[in-house]
Amino acid sequence: MAVAEDTQEKTEMVHQAGAPAAEEPWIPTVVAEDLHIVYRVYGGSKGKGSATAALNRIVRRKPGGGVREVHAVKGVNFTAYRGQAIGLIGSNGSGKSTLLRAIAGLLPAESGRVYTNGQPSLLGVNAAMMNDLTGERNVVLGGLAMGMSREEVAERYQGIVDFSGINEKGDFITLPMRTYSSGMAARLRFSIAAAKNHDVLMIDEALATGDKKFQRRSEQRVRELREEAGTVFLVSHNNKSIRDTCERTIWLEKGEILHDGPTDEVLKEYEKFTGK
Amino acid sequence: MTETTHGGAVGVKPPPTPDDRLSQADLAAKYGLTVSGARPSLTEYVRQLWGRRHFVLAFSRAKLTAQYSQAKLGQLWQVATPLLNAAVYYFIFGILLDGRKGVPGGDKNYIPFLVTGVFVFTFTQTSALNGVRAISSNLGLVRALHFPRASLPISVSLQQLQQLLFSMIVLVAILLGFRQYPSWSWLLIFPVLACQFLFNTGLALIMARLGSKTPDLAQLMPFVLRTWMYASGVMFPLEPMLRGNTSAPGWAVELLQANPAAVFMDLMRYSFIDAYTVADIPPHAWALALGWGLLIGIGGFVFFWKSEERYGRG
Repeated sequence: MAVAEDTQEKTEMVHQAGAPAAEEPWIPTVVAEDLHIVYRVYGGSKGKGSATAALNRIVRRKPGGGVREVHAVKGVNFTAYRGQAIGLIGSNGSGKSTLLRAIAGLLPAESGRVYTNGQPSLLGVNAAMMNDLTGERNVVLGGLAMGMSREEVAERYQGIVDFSGINEKGDFITLPMRTYSSGMAARLRFSIAAAKNHDVLMIDEALATGDKKFQRRSEQRVRELREEAGTVFLVSHNNKSIRDTCERTIWLEKGEILHDGPTDEVLKEYEKFTGK
Repeated sequence: MTETTHGGAVGVKPPPTPDDRLSQADLAAKYGLTVSGARPSLTEYVRQLWGRRHFVLAFSRAKLTAQYSQAKLGQLWQVATPLLNAAVYYFIFGILLDGRKGVPGGDKNYIPFLVTGVFVFTFTQTSALNGVRAISSNLGLVRALHFPRASLPISVSLQQLQQLLFSMIVLVAILLGFRQYPSWSWLLIFPVLACQFLFNTGLALIMARLGSKTPDLAQLMPFVLRTWMYASGVMFPLEPMLRGNTSAPGWAVELLQANPAAVFMDLMRYSFIDAYTVADIPPHAWALALGWGLLIGIGGFVFFWKSEERYGRG
């Protein structure tokens, strides 16, 4: 059923975009098939949180006692092609970041599947670091965890630190990350994640962090990464940066795709919706 | 369209092609796409893990130093913590309860006996305890980056191995203080440590999988581990204590003696303390140590791998 719809939509879109036949073949890089993601949250239960209530649930073998399920992505279908830059928009909590994590294979799907070409990488401000360790250690560990060799990490270490600009105001890289301001921490995280080249690249609001100077530097880096990457996904609340980078936009609301098409069209609808 | 077209792919959706009739799964198969986040085969998993060996090593080392980074005495606690632990047990079991009866070589060997036991058991205990939280306490890392998840529990047990090596410095000082001088038998600690490390890693892997599904384990484990500690003869010689208590059936004594913690402690004491002879360790102790190590080590790894794609939820 989903396939039939998709086909119809495709012809429609081509007509709208007025695109000539592509010179390069259309090669899919990411295919999402009826994707559902459910978070299980402990302690978020609406029921009574008392011990007797919990015991009662256990004794009665009521499943899901004390656990609340959050259905974050509900049946998403799309196909992304090589060379596309796709913007993801939607209000807070609409499932954008969750969807990216699922594409990256970091969150298990409840049902449905995501097929990808190679290993997609997620580049986000939420890329967790170890706060009790120094910035220095975080750079090394982050690089190693991403699969770089020790030599590669040593080679790129200075570049990462310079790019983050952490040491511009003194020797802060040798301090534990818990002492960093939120902007500094975000800059370091971005710098670590951006040090590697990626096949399918997903960028989660990473451009919004840091000061103006760092933003310009990171936008430049994202453009470079896009040149190398097959497909780029960009999550942003900044419509201008979506318009500048992406030709296709997917509008996600309450975990469902509301609109998927050329950026101009989707953004027009979205701006109407948000009352801008 | 804007000037944002990239490469040859113009527009948003492709023109109609025969591909449109394919289902999404067939389309993915046609272009060689793979399921994102699927569990790799066991051999592939081992290969990936080997590729991240530097990460595992660096992670465990970083965690070890971070552990006391907020304390004023800093890394001194690496040595002070096990020492204080041993002092507490000495006070309670050595002086108040007089658990010294039956220590091979007499009372003078009690402190080396106790300290060896405490350090060896702590190695297994903390591996299991931290293993439970290995996934849940690093959830941010798991959800942000790609790496074989087994790296986390393995680095937990590796961290404890390094902690044990610090404790060993204290232990050697104590042994020398009690006139236990280095001999060839001290070299036997290496095979014992290897078996115990294998066992602990497997245990941490099992605990990590269970703990990621059932967070309540973190509350329950301290009680289980304390029971295990008292049942393994950390502060008192197990066999004389149990034989003195006539109500304990013989098979129960043998079973307790065959439990991995007791086996590793007995072998370690046998290596370090002169008065400990082959007669003081249970029969087949070496075979048991190797067996436990291989069984739990390999079993735990496979058990953890079986759920590889599920970590990161919750």
